[in-house]
Amino acid sequence: MTATNSEATLPSQGTEAPRSGRVDPKYLRSNPSKGAFEMWAWLFMRVSGAALVILIFVHLWTNLMVGDGIYQIDFAFVAGKWANPVWQFWDLTMLWLAMLHGANGMRTIINDYAEKDSTRLALKSILYLASTVIIILGTLVIFTFEPCLVDEAGNLLEYAPSFCETAVN
Amino acid sequence: MTQTKSTPGGRGTLYKGREGMWSWVGHRITGVGIFFFLLVHVLDTSLVRVSPEAYNAVIGAYKHPIMILGEIGLVGAIVFHAFNGLRIILVDFWKQGTRYHRQMLWAVLTLWLVTMVAFSVRHLMIFFEGWEGF
Ligand code: HEM
Repeated sequence: MTATNSEATLPSQGTEAPRSGRVDPKYLRSNPSKGAFEMWAWLFMRVSGAALVILIFVHLWTNLMVGDGIYQIDFAFVAGKWANPVWQFWDLTMLWLAMLHGANGMRTIINDYAEKDSTRLALKSILYLASTVIIILGTLVIFTFEPCLVDEAGNLLEYAPSFCETAVN
Repeated sequence: MTQTKSTPGGRGTLYKGREGMWSWVGHRITGVGIFFFLLVHVLDTSLVRVSPEAYNAVIGAYKHPIMILGEIGLVGAIVFHAFNGLRIILVDFWKQGTRYHRQMLWAVLTLWLVTMVAFSVRHLMIFFEGWEGF
């Protein structure tokens, strides 16, 4: 490689292709046994990315492009959507895929820029903790949501979506 | 990539500073931005479990003119990341992918522009129709 191109014999600056075996040691992060995990993570980024295009574009279309767009979004709108199990499933899938995809992407970026082992550990701990909390919180919200809230006297709250009137009375 | 000095063809380095690098920078920045927005977005949506008043009050902020512009920026980031992500997938899995990666980047930017013009027009029309002033 270098014999045929003397222009390419600059000292290692961490810019060589990974398989050249001349990667600057400061960019070497994990032991080789992690290879299978990294391969699945790589594949997951692509599969989840393709699915997210559909999930997110439809999400933006139904919430912002049709009806009253941004103005229609309120408690009753969310209640109306989640009364339909298809939208519950849609939002749940979108939540899990986007969070796992985003968190894995952030992991890559931390690995790239944080050079000290302790910094990487600290940043990744925060990342994993925050991601876990958000995924669990979002999942609970979708499944424990109560659209037809009533006051102590048993009357519907004024914010309740219209379909509650037939459901409660 | 191994660094190369300028060749007579004037190509310079193969990667650094060229389209491939800038699309990578754009993909990385939009990915991080979307991730942080998603954290906030799950939190604000979770307010439906606190009370209808709390949810409506906070989601009302998304209807402010400054936020309308913010939404166009956010959707711009998502649409770029989505289309460029599909380009990355094609480069990786499609036989001719590496050969057409530059053409595909132009396709990404063109599709991005078309999508964003359409989205912005619709979003702003809805906004101005319903706006009641500050
Ligand atoms: C809309 C559909 C999406 C597609 C098609 C997509 C596609 C991709 C692809 C192909 C990668 C590259 C992975 C690699 O190099 O191994 C990637 C990276 C990334 N994505 Fe997405 N993605 C999408 C949505 C999202 C969302 C919703 C988020 C945030 C929650 C996100 C955050 C990231 C981050 C942070 C990275 C890492 C960037 C880097 O390493 O430079 N993506 N995405």
